[in-house]
Amino acid sequence: MKHRAATAGWLSVICAGLGQLYNRQYVKGLSFILVYAAGIYAIAAKLTPHLKGIVTLGEQGQHLVKVGKVYKNVPGDHSIFMMIYGVLAILVVLLFLLFYVLNIRDAVVVGRRKQSGSELRVLNSSVFPWLLLSVPMIGVLFFTIMPIVFTSLIAFTNYASPNHIPPKNLVDWVGFATFDKLFNMNVWSDTFVGVLSWTIVWAILATVTCYFGGILVALLINQQGIRFKGIWRMLFIIPYAIPQFVSLLIMKNLLNEKFGPINQYFRYFGMEGLPWLNDPFWAKVSVIVVNMWIGIPVSMILVMGILTTIPKDLYEAADVDGATAGAKFRNITMPYVLFATAPILITQFVGNINNFNVIFLLTGGNPATMKYNNAGETDLLVTWLYKLTLDFNQYNIAAAVSILIFLFIAAAAIVMFRRTRSFNEEDMIQ
Amino acid sequence: MKPRLLFSYALLALIAVACIYPALWTVLSSFRVGNSLFSDHFIPTAWTLDHYRDLFRERADRSIPYASWYWNTLKVATASMVLGTLIQLLTAYSISRFRFKGRKAMMMMILILGMFPGFLSIMAVFIILNTIDLLDSIWALVLVYSAGAALGMFVAKGFFDTIPRSLEEAARIDGASHMSIFMRIILPLSRPIITYISLTTFAGAWVDFIFARAILRTPENWTLAVGLWSIIDSYNSTEFTLFAAGCVLVAVPITLLFMYTQRFLVDGLTAGASKG
Repeated sequence: MKHRAATAGWLSVICAGLGQLYNRQYVKGLSFILVYAAGIYAIAAKLTPHLKGIVTLGEQGQHLVKVGKVYKNVPGDHSIFMMIYGVLAILVVLLFLLFYVLNIRDAVVVGRRKQSGSELRVLNSSVFPWLLLSVPMIGVLFFTIMPIVFTSLIAFTNYASPNHIPPKNLVDWVGFATFDKLFNMNVWSDTFVGVLSWTIVWAILATVTCYFGGILVALLINQQGIRFKGIWRMLFIIPYAIPQFVSLLIMKNLLNEKFGPINQYFRYFGMEGLPWLNDPFWAKVSVIVVNMWIGIPVSMILVMGILTTIPKDLYEAADVDGATAGAKFRNITMPYVLFATAPILITQFVGNINNFNVIFLLTGGNPATMKYNNAGETDLLVTWLYKLTLDFNQYNIAAAVSILIFLFIAAAAIVMFRRTRSFNEEDMIQ
Repeated sequence: MKPRLLFSYALLALIAVACIYPALWTVLSSFRVGNSLFSDHFIPTAWTLDHYRDLFRERADRSIPYASWYWNTLKVATASMVLGTLIQLLTAYSISRFRFKGRKAMMMMILILGMFPGFLSIMAVFIILNTIDLLDSIWALVLVYSAGAALGMFVAKGFFDTIPRSLEEAARIDGASHMSIFMRIILPLSRPIITYISLTTFAGAWVDFIFARAILRTPENWTLAVGLWSIIDSYNSTEFTLFAAGCVLVAVPITLLFMYTQRFLVDGLTAGASKG
């Protein structure tokens, strides 16, 4: 009986389920054999063409065939569909392999238990959470992971208008040519570098202005001697409560150069008014100011929450020592607030890099410029990507750009993760 | 009064005006006679409700099916709220309450995937939906919003972590199943977090522009966000008062909801910020 586990394991290697049968788990064994047979059949008969398809991405596009005396358009291979089916096929194969490995492990584990004669426990409580998680995980798999995989694949093809749009034409694998184009071909690299640097400048300015603006407003309300604190607070929360797209579209009108009320007030005082959204420099100023209007309330709420957590005895101790209001502010309030909110800076920075709404709804990336390819002066990487996809069909460049943003955010995610883990361990000590 | 306080009050008043002005201006414009953006007076000289009526009237010279936009948005937001909240609660519950194999890995995966803004892969979502022929359907939009809901589960997990385990253990001794523990003990205790999640998912779907514009193609299927944007985009400032009326009708319910449930939101925001 010594080799019971090993025998069961090897039997399961030959054919999933045999080991379970050998372990006298008949229902399990039979269902495993069925799954195994279905899997092998599916891979051999159905999935192989798709697996081949993702390699070739189709042999012939739409083409003309002579039927009798006239030429007719015949649909050819659709490279993108082939790619999607290919990815799905690979997914199925991976799941099958996972099943196969787990089946072998199961046979060995059960065999070992039988060998030692220990009771078989039904592991109900380890199956239930997976049951609960299965629906969410399928959603994440199809609408988060699949798209990420798919995007990464597209970046290595030539899927772009005008010459490689299925079903009319085929799409091919081109290796790193897209990235090469993005970095080295002047039309693209100028745009990329320009948009990237504005994205970084924007993210820094937007984060810093909202962060310090929020602290300032919170402290202003929290000052000793200010009355009606609740009312001020409620007034200042209004921008946060109005749906963002509504306020942004309204701002766009407020700042309208010819008819907008802002410039009207300027004219009322005898000034010319400014080209808020039409001049490259002023458009940038406008988006930052409008972003402050939207972002400060959030920081304000956070900072006000923190202000209430500062222990009162710190101030009392300072009073005993005869500290001035200024000294208390410099040595207690500011360090406390900065320390507690510093982690939020990372989240807000990442959020601003991807701050699609403010730019797209306010300026649409405009004013347009000759310097850039398919992008305007205020375009961020994300709005550029959106335009490339939906308006210009430059899918491969868009994919390459999103991979670069992915990498950047992944770096930030790792920083965040470190921090969260230290938070978790702190919880454990308590 | 001390000059410092006086200065502070002046500053506060200035900020308050800046906060309220855009909203006030829009509301006033929506009651103004005429349709242009330009107006000599901040407070309209002649008032009218025509623009509100106009929103729901069919007109041959333009296509602004406001009623169907409103209805679509309501459907999308409600459906995603129900589905999204359910998915998020289930995920958070199983991660918080069970110690199973792969739990740590799962948490890490959720944390990292949650960092990626969904719309970065919008192109792939677009192509996938195109492949399964779901483009231009509001249900595709619901699918997209709810599918990623699990990734936002950390706030709810933090909440579930605080419910004492002894409650469940007592129920288990009385013979309660996993499902009845969840339905009869955990859910009733989680009302604050359920409110918070449903509110944020509802508002999220109500105001989303990015996916809605990418997925919905025909004007009848649009949501309010896309519709209002298109009014500004295609009619520019010639139908401004109409647009203002449309904005008021979109913003009022959400704004009231936000002000009314402010405390929940602020708590959630603060908790979310420190949990990461």
